[in-house]
Amino acid sequence: MHSSVITFPGSNCDRDMDVALKKFGFKNKMVWHDDTELPKSDLVVLPGGFSYGDYLRCGSMASKSKIMKSVLNFAQGGGKVMGICNGFQILVESGLLPGVLLRNKYLEFICKNVFVKANNKDNSYFKNNKKDVYEFHIAHNEGNYFCSNEQIKEINDNDQIALFYSDENGNVNEQSNPNGSLQNIAGVFNKQKNVLGMMPHPERMIDPALSGEDGSIFFENLINNLK
Amino acid sequence: MKISVVITLKKDVLDPQGKVIHQTLDGIGFEGINEVRQGKYFEIDTNESDKKKAEEKVEEMCKKLLANLVIEDFKIIGSQ
Repeated sequence: MHSSVITFPGSNCDRDMDVALKKFGFKNKMVWHDDTELPKSDLVVLPGGFSYGDYLRCGSMASKSKIMKSVLNFAQGGGKVMGICNGFQILVESGLLPGVLLRNKYLEFICKNVFVKANNKDNSYFKNNKKDVYEFHIAHNEGNYFCSNEQIKEINDNDQIALFYSDENGNVNEQSNPNGSLQNIAGVFNKQKNVLGMMPHPERMIDPALSGEDGSIFFENLINNLK
Repeated sequence: MKISVVITLKKDVLDPQGKVIHQTLDGIGFEGINEVRQGKYFEIDTNESDKKKAEEKVEEMCKKLLANLVIEDFKIIGSQ
């Protein structure tokens, strides 16, 4: 399985993602934002960070960078594209995913472990996963998912919500919503479910000694699903 | 031509920064404020000398990059 991680100026989780993908068997290549062509890939990852210093709106500049034309073509042809944190912001700004990520409700940068519940397992990312509720890390200032009434209706009708913020037992409620996200949304798919954006960082949960193993479960399952 | 454009959050989008500014203004004694909404202001100097064409160009810029139309509205407020 071949993967590509795009590095934008200001990305800072690109190398963590590289380590995670390689650990679970991907042959990963790092791709610079100014390149125009993607290497042969089964999965393209837009990593977390602060691309272009979050100028204008988070992800807005990166969504217009040269490599994104190839990423858009790849996604529109059914290729798997995953955006984590700033990568999620870039995906919504590029129009590949619906909605936007607003500033967190209480105006705080949030950096902590949270629980998220997989809503939909009928896709390449969460299919066959042995868990419903994962403990992942979040670190963001703009993770407050928002979209119009028509969009949220469409998202629900098409079952496009990937992850909800929940408690340890998978209950989705206001207390477990860290940032004010609409309907506790932590991650969404496009209609075809080949593009996934999520605020939590599975790549930070791959070392049992440091973090726990929920990220390992996610990546092991992901590569098996893509094989 | 120099075009000035203001970008604001749409009415139904929560503006937590505006809210905090409102509370702070209340706190330092400004009375009678109903609401504060924060926005962005851009001045774009272009080579285009035709006002209509310059404004059309800036409109296009707003749609493609400067504003996110899911949550924001834009308004050209001056051309000189």
